[in-house]
Amino acid sequence: MRFLIQPTVGGAGWCAGVALLFVAVAGCGGGGNAEEVLIGGYMGLTGDVATFGEATQNGIVMAIDEINAAGGIGGKKLRVRIEDDQGRSEEAATVVRKLISQDGVIAVLGDIPSSNSLAAAPICQAAGVPMITPSSTNPKVTQTGDYIFRVCFIDDFQGTVMAKFAYEHKNIRKAAILRDVRSDYSVGLADYFISTFTKLGGTIVADQSYSRGDTEFRPQLTSLKGAKPEAIFVPGYYNDVGLIVRQARELGIEEPLLGGDGWDSPELFALGQESLRNTYFSNHYSTEDQSPAVQRFLQAYKARFNAVPDALAALGYDAAQFLAAGLRRLHEEDAAAFTKLAGAARAGDQGRAQARAKLRDLLAGIRGLEGVTGSISVDENRNAVKPAVVLAVKSSGYEYVTTIEP
Amino acid sequence: MQEFLQQLVNGVAWGSIYSLIALGYTMVYGVLRLINFAHGDVYMVGAYAGLFSALWLRAGTEPSLGKALLVLLFAMAVCALLGVVIERAAYRPVRRHPRLTSLITAIGVSLLLENLGIVVFGARPRAFPEIVRSQRLELGSIVIGSHQFLVLGVALILMLLLQLIVHRTRIGKAMRAVSFNADAARLMGIPTDSVIAFTFALGSALAAAAGVLVGLYLPRVDPLMGLIPGLKAFVAAVLGGIGNIPGAMVGGLVMGIAETMVVAYLAPTYRDAIAFALLILILLFRPTGLLGKREVEKV
Repeated sequence: MRFLIQPTVGGAGWCAGVALLFVAVAGCGGGGNAEEVLIGGYMGLTGDVATFGEATQNGIVMAIDEINAAGGIGGKKLRVRIEDDQGRSEEAATVVRKLISQDGVIAVLGDIPSSNSLAAAPICQAAGVPMITPSSTNPKVTQTGDYIFRVCFIDDFQGTVMAKFAYEHKNIRKAAILRDVRSDYSVGLADYFISTFTKLGGTIVADQSYSRGDTEFRPQLTSLKGAKPEAIFVPGYYNDVGLIVRQARELGIEEPLLGGDGWDSPELFALGQESLRNTYFSNHYSTEDQSPAVQRFLQAYKARFNAVPDALAALGYDAAQFLAAGLRRLHEEDAAAFTKLAGAARAGDQGRAQARAKLRDLLAGIRGLEGVTGSISVDENRNAVKPAVVLAVKSSGYEYVTTIEP
Repeated sequence: MQEFLQQLVNGVAWGSIYSLIALGYTMVYGVLRLINFAHGDVYMVGAYAGLFSALWLRAGTEPSLGKALLVLLFAMAVCALLGVVIERAAYRPVRRHPRLTSLITAIGVSLLLENLGIVVFGARPRAFPEIVRSQRLELGSIVIGSHQFLVLGVALILMLLLQLIVHRTRIGKAMRAVSFNADAARLMGIPTDSVIAFTFALGSALAAAAGVLVGLYLPRVDPLMGLIPGLKAFVAAVLGGIGNIPGAMVGGLVMGIAETMVVAYLAPTYRDAIAFALLILILLFRPTGLLGKREVEKV
């Protein structure tokens, strides 16, 4: 009947081109200083994912400043130029093209939403400029080509993490699944949970599904309850999870409920309330992690930005540190090539392109880099193999439980 | 077997919500031969009226039975008023026009309410306060949540009240008379306009009750929440025999149980399909509905 009615979001910001021109003029001759290495960044600093972009930018800037304060790399300072793509993929492509061709950046950091990273990645790949996304979790992003890296785990990994958590930490042998069949994210997490959990020796006693938008989950939960699982994995988004938890507890399901980073929202508490007892989900990082790296980052970030860093800030910081690690190695192994990356780019500079290729190879070889979000190792698909944290949901907020290594 | 019984409990509780909404459809159809497509959205407004009154009374943080009752009555009063206003403003002016006109008007009212809901309440879904604390009643191995019990109980009480109003009061007699033959009723001195307004008020109040119950039961409300339940309740009304009050109750329960069983034993993705499959079947084999009487069309 009335399916066509959707609240429309007004398209904002047609003046992007004008703004870009302005920036381009201001940026002429960028990276001209031979004592500096220029890095590009692109993310939405305005628009509907602005808070994501700001947090990521803060993380990046903080990392770069710390490196420079410690003397830079090989005597050269790092400089980062961050462009606002307004959270839109077409803008992301435009600003990245500009960063590469006009500013001559040697590498690019960004973006947060996978769709934007997917728009910019082919440009970086074609230009032979390494791109490192802090927090795009869609597996396709790094499949674009061998110049594209990420410092976060991919969606599928969280299923593996929660399976390990259930089996090894909670001693659960019989688990059940409740997945959202209309979400690739949820299905991916569920599939990887099942394969890891059974490989470890556990049994999946029931596998139920729902469709996004459902509100009554009692039939599925009743079926799950009949199978007597020791835990239920619900890899959905907080909106559905809140209702599922409430209805499960009302039906007398007191077993732990497990999930992924789709749970991470203040809304979860409003919907789930005290039914959220005994629930756990995986996330990128926890502010309660007592490891020195996290605590030091937390203090420094709070001192500088007067805010608690979320996972995006931590991932932005790690993305910049990851690139810096590659540059350091380049300087150690091939100082001549490293020098070519500093200063202004000249058109058709073969030496610089070769130096970038070398940087790419070194980035691909990074193993065990200690970051705020855990130890980062690059796998053959240029995804970060790194730990995830498991958080318990309490009425006051999240509580750090453990870190699960891949 | 235990699981089946538990699913039956789930289905009956869910179905009683459909029944409450279906009653409004059927009553309005009974007196006006109009399918009030805005009815599902009245149910949405009812849920929000319940939400805001519960927040105002702090019924979520300090619940009491009295407050819960107040929330329910307030939502029902708001929607009764809304029903009368809709009837007066949108349907009465086109009552003498062809039936298609009022049908299109109903769709217009529905769109208006939905989009007003988005503007006024915001598109983001909201959590409904727990105005009655959830408890579990365990009968052997079957668990009946207190909310399920409450939904079913309140629905049954309201349906009984409705039966009493329709069959034991003057205004109920007038409603039946208008339903039987509006022109004759007017000639006999029955104020048909007020009777029709009263019917709208009654049906909308029941929808509001369903909205509050669903808010408590799920517990989430959003401005488009009336869309699918509205359509399904309409199917439930047709299933039971549109215009027939006990039929709407039976139709709603059948829908709720069928939906629950499909999710539990077939595939959850067919949840919405089952309603319309039932509609097609009933129209093919028993067009008057389960409890409907065959009407002889006089030429």
